[in-house]
Amino acid sequence: MGKFLARRLLNYVVLIFLATSFAYVLAATNLAPRDYFEQMQPPPDPELVNAQLDRLNLNDQTPLAERYVTWMGGALTGDFGQTIQGGSVTDQMLMKAGVTLRLIVVATLIGSFMGIAIGAYAAIRQYRAFDKAATGASFFVLSIPTVVIAIVIQVGAAAFNDFIGFQFFRYSGEYTAGIQGEWWELLINRVYHAILPTLVLALALFAAFARYQRNMMLDVLGSDFVRTAMAKGLTRRKALFKHALRTAMIPTITYFTFTFGMLVSGATFTEKIYAWHGMGAWLIDSIARQDVHVVAAVSWFMAVTIMLASFLSDILYAWLDPRVRV
Amino acid sequence: MSSTTERPDRGSQTEAPAVPPAPSRLKDVLRQLIATRRVIIGFAMLAGLALLAFLGPVISPWGITERDYLATLDGPSPEHWFGTNRTGQDIFTQSAAGLQKSLLIGLLVAMISTAVAALVGAFAGYFGGLTDRALMWVADLALVLPSFVILAILSKHFMGASGWLILVVLLAGLSWMVTSKMVRGMTISLREREYIHAARFMGVPPRKIILRHILPNMSSLLIADATIMVSTAIIGETALSYFGLGVQPPDITLGIVIADGANFATTAPWMFLFPTALLVLLVLAVNMIGDGLRDALDPTSKSRRS
Amino acid sequence: MSIDTIEGHGPAPEAGATADTPVLEVTDLNVTFRGFGNNPDVNAVRGVSYSVRSGEVLGIVGESGSGKSVSSMAAMGLLPDHANITGSVRLHGEEILGLEDKVMARKRGKVISMVFQDPLSGLTPVYTVGDQLAEAVTTHDKKIPKAKARERAVELLDLVGIPNPEHRYRSFPHEFSGGMRQRVMIAMAMANDPDVIICDEPTTALDVTIQAQILDLLRTAQSETGAAIVMITHDLGVVAGFVDRLLVMYAGRPVEIGTVDEIYYGSRMPYTMGLLGAVPRMDLERQGALVPIKGNPPSLTDLPPGCPFAPRCPIAQPECDLAEPELLTVGAQPSAETIRATSEENGQAPAQVEDTGDRRVACIRSGEIETNDWTAQDIYPVPDIPEAEGTGGEREHRAEVLRVHDLIKHHPLMKGAVLKRRVGTVYAVDGLDFDIREGETLALVGESGCGKSSTLMEILGLEKPQRGSVEVMGRDVSTLSKAERFALRKDMQIVFQDPMSSLDPRMTVFDIIAEPLVTHRVPQDEITRRVYELVGLVGLNTEHVTRFPAEFSGGQRQRIGIARALALEPKLLVLDEPVSALDVSIQAGVINLLEELQAQLGLAYLFVAHDLSVVRHIADRVAVMYLGRIVEIGDTDSLYKSPSHPYTQALLSAIPVPDPEKERGRAHIVLDGDLPSPANPPSGCRFRTRCQKFVTLSAHDQEQCTNVEPQILPVNGGDQGSACHFAERQEGAV
Repeated sequence: MGKFLARRLLNYVVLIFLATSFAYVLAATNLAPRDYFEQMQPPPDPELVNAQLDRLNLNDQTPLAERYVTWMGGALTGDFGQTIQGGSVTDQMLMKAGVTLRLIVVATLIGSFMGIAIGAYAAIRQYRAFDKAATGASFFVLSIPTVVIAIVIQVGAAAFNDFIGFQFFRYSGEYTAGIQGEWWELLINRVYHAILPTLVLALALFAAFARYQRNMMLDVLGSDFVRTAMAKGLTRRKALFKHALRTAMIPTITYFTFTFGMLVSGATFTEKIYAWHGMGAWLIDSIARQDVHVVAAVSWFMAVTIMLASFLSDILYAWLDPRVRV
Repeated sequence: MSSTTERPDRGSQTEAPAVPPAPSRLKDVLRQLIATRRVIIGFAMLAGLALLAFLGPVISPWGITERDYLATLDGPSPEHWFGTNRTGQDIFTQSAAGLQKSLLIGLLVAMISTAVAALVGAFAGYFGGLTDRALMWVADLALVLPSFVILAILSKHFMGASGWLILVVLLAGLSWMVTSKMVRGMTISLREREYIHAARFMGVPPRKIILRHILPNMSSLLIADATIMVSTAIIGETALSYFGLGVQPPDITLGIVIADGANFATTAPWMFLFPTALLVLLVLAVNMIGDGLRDALDPTSKSRRS
Repeated sequence: MSIDTIEGHGPAPEAGATADTPVLEVTDLNVTFRGFGNNPDVNAVRGVSYSVRSGEVLGIVGESGSGKSVSSMAAMGLLPDHANITGSVRLHGEEILGLEDKVMARKRGKVISMVFQDPLSGLTPVYTVGDQLAEAVTTHDKKIPKAKARERAVELLDLVGIPNPEHRYRSFPHEFSGGMRQRVMIAMAMANDPDVIICDEPTTALDVTIQAQILDLLRTAQSETGAAIVMITHDLGVVAGFVDRLLVMYAGRPVEIGTVDEIYYGSRMPYTMGLLGAVPRMDLERQGALVPIKGNPPSLTDLPPGCPFAPRCPIAQPECDLAEPELLTVGAQPSAETIRATSEENGQAPAQVEDTGDRRVACIRSGEIETNDWTAQDIYPVPDIPEAEGTGGEREHRAEVLRVHDLIKHHPLMKGAVLKRRVGTVYAVDGLDFDIREGETLALVGESGCGKSSTLMEILGLEKPQRGSVEVMGRDVSTLSKAERFALRKDMQIVFQDPMSSLDPRMTVFDIIAEPLVTHRVPQDEITRRVYELVGLVGLNTEHVTRFPAEFSGGQRQRIGIARALALEPKLLVLDEPVSALDVSIQAGVINLLEELQAQLGLAYLFVAHDLSVVRHIADRVAVMYLGRIVEIGDTDSLYKSPSHPYTQALLSAIPVPDPEKERGRAHIVLDGDLPSPANPPSGCRFRTRCQKFVTLSAHDQEQCTNVEPQILPVNGGDQGSACHFAERQEGAV
């Protein structure tokens, strides 16, 4: 067992290594850190620029292989180099990763829970009003890009605030700048700011899960084992809840892996639009700043989260389904 | 001879019909499609949007980049049907042109990625073993690659007349993996079907088995999946363009028009509202068609919906 | 679910429930499934009435789609919402049709319980069998402590013969074999001592030796609980020895009811007569051609007004099409004139009266059949199958078309879907020897998991086997070049079991039959000619070739499959359970066709089957497989007359015979337990763990079985050979 787990983990490590290397090479060949310095006002001395680039290991006059080895050597020991402004990438990443993960985890929990509950109930009430409403709603939400959802909710919140005359919804930043107070006041302030962006992400996720869970539930509704459960004296409702739903949740877990990529990019847009300082926003800003190391580090982070999600869903799958338990 | 079925007259046996009549399965599917309201509405919407996309820029009195300095940030009016932006460009013309490009990108990406997915998945599933492991490893790697990062880094190459085609290839190259895994799974189960065994035992080579028996038998799902892929690609492109990382000016897509209008969403709502509505309608239409197709073509889901 | 019950009929609930009241009484039950969208309604059950008394066993037989299962599901309140049910179902005199789900749930599993067909999907995969069994107890007794329910569940597992029940309580359904799962289902049905147990095809998915065990268990269950049993099945053998009364259904309607003996020995309904004549008999030496019933059962969506069986009936009269005949006692049917007269007045469907317990038939000619004492052979045209020509002469002098020597096929046993890994080796085929001569049929029989299919795949793959050799037409396949292998495929073709999946649904019949010809580069005009010739040969119509497989019934599809296999004029046809997925009446036609083709074309057959009755009918020689090895081989007559291997004896003994008298007099050998895993076969003789002979042997003899693997040695003189150390001492007995 341990050996197989180890082999799988090793495969993950190799995949992450390759993905990160690929991103680094791509970034190093396509971004131009030199331009970033040369565009400064007043234009700095070329010698100075070179020296700065050398210090950051970003000089395009150094062979790519050499730069790569230097950077990867650091990355393997946990040092992802420096940002183009000279800060430590690792330090900043740790900070920003927390922001992104918080957003993703909470949104996943809310979205998947709501989606599974509503999708399953819609399946039981197939063709009835609830089913039609839920199916229509999730279908409509799935047709709107996350970016548009984010903007519309933001605009709506701003309009609402204007209407009632005070800041009821917070739609910018993680917390009110310069706020001071007790720890719980800070916490409430943060929660307040988190409501809208989390809602945006959860909404898209909810729609995907509701549709998927409904289909999975419909597949098991007519199952022989539901009939058996009813034949031994369970009411239809109880048989569906205890036997059908539990079984129909298994494929949904695998579906989670597939939606995760969507979730990560969704988080990027949401962060950027709601001015959260997470990984996504950082990435977009870094590309504009020609910051090779940050781009590679963010790629590493995304690869790791995707692998983690897939690993987690494998484990959940095995836990939920005795047939694949080892 | 068996007495269970009447035997045909010997004389008629040598007359083969010149052309076999149209497959009735197609008729079946068509009938079902027509019965599916969603597909009809979807097609009607899509047709309307396509008409708007290709005729809009022609019938509009304004050019795409043309500026009306007399009307900047103007609301909808007889001259500017969807209003103008802050530099006086006509939102209608821009939206229609953007719609056109978005539509083209969506269709092309779906076609390429579905073709790749079908081939990779079918070969991996049919041959199994080393082929399977190698192909699926590549798919895994592509899944781990943060597609958004790659597209963003390479965005500067999307400039120029054929720049958007590079974007199309990249989008397709980064979106075939999930479908190919699905195709692989289906191939593995199809491979054990008896008619595949029969073909193998009569000596049909593997390549032909895949092309003649396996892929046609999942064509319905591939078509449905390709349709969904159209909407995914449109959404993806919009998001990229919104951050300026997608199609580059002077090319225009809905994403660019929407990004432009987002900042004026409260002050000049027409700038944001019209292109966004077009985008949502487009994706909705495609999704409706894809979803309806999936139901009509997938025999297992027949019992599910009316 | 909309339900109408018959008002003012029979005694009021409870008040009239005396000892004489039937436990379950179904009267004029009708079930219609509303069609969605443009689909028409399906009249699945039309006017079914029956009653069972305490301790009585009622059989309901019918082919697939006859409405036999739906009628019992309706009685249990298990049909989905879109089913429209009318009629009356009384449990101890109390009307239960239309009860609220909550009220009905209290009766389900407590007063009336059900055993379903498919044990594979019948248990929830994510809970342990013990918990699911305990749930049957706790549902009806909310106050019972957990430990107590658990105790009862273990007790029940023990009762139904699950070894080591304490430990097995914690097993999941997928860890059980089909037979064990069916035992759990029966335990569930018995859990609360119900008064009626409905068994819906309880043994259909199981192997014969397991079927014998389950039937035994059901008898025990009945004597234990004293319950009335409703046994639903398509297998005329299973009911023969098991039930008291029998109800025959066709197209959703009861067509004959009576005691088993009345029906088996004097059926007065042409459908039942045909059904009984179509069954291949394991117990008859020379049965002759089977009685085929032409055509297919009608669609239940749009039934013509007359007798639904009339289009297939050999003695149908014009009056049969006027009105559907009522279920009446023999001879009580109105005369042809009366029918003509009444149908002109009103063509209404006749009202179905309740089950009177009398023998009744729904055929206007039942009186005539009775007076003339017709049998199936009298009314059905039985095809005349010519004896094979040109294949005469001694077996040894005929050419070998296939020789398999010491063939093995081992494959890795993988475990875990998340973390896949090899945990052992499956010895699927482990040293097979047999040969087939020109024009003869060798049947390879055995239960599922014995390696039949693996053997076929190995042979048809034409690749070098892991060990041993395969010779086709005298050529060793391991020495073939690619082109030679391709050419050799012409001589050996296959017909598969499942007519649903053996034809590519996206190709027309023409393309399907032409595919082998196209692959082997036959010229186009030759292909066209040949396809039409083949279509005629297998008894299909010329206009069928432009259609798609989905438009055909199972029997017709199997004919298409046979035509495709014959396209390249093979010398050997491999038949992989070619009739086991077909209904009896259809099966007979296909078997007859295979026999005709063999006589006509001089084909050799390798016939793989689990149904020993079909095998006796069609095969010249039989090889019995057990766990990857042949345990007995020999010519059909001597093997069936005097089986020498204990396993063959058990197999033959386990098959129920469609003859109530014989069946009641037979003592079945019931084997213990399941087939051991082919990944871990027992040492020495593989059969010893289940062998009925082994337990009677002395310790010294047992040692020989345990340590020495028996080889096939001749017994009974001549062709028959058996792999049992103690085979010679056996007396042949069926």
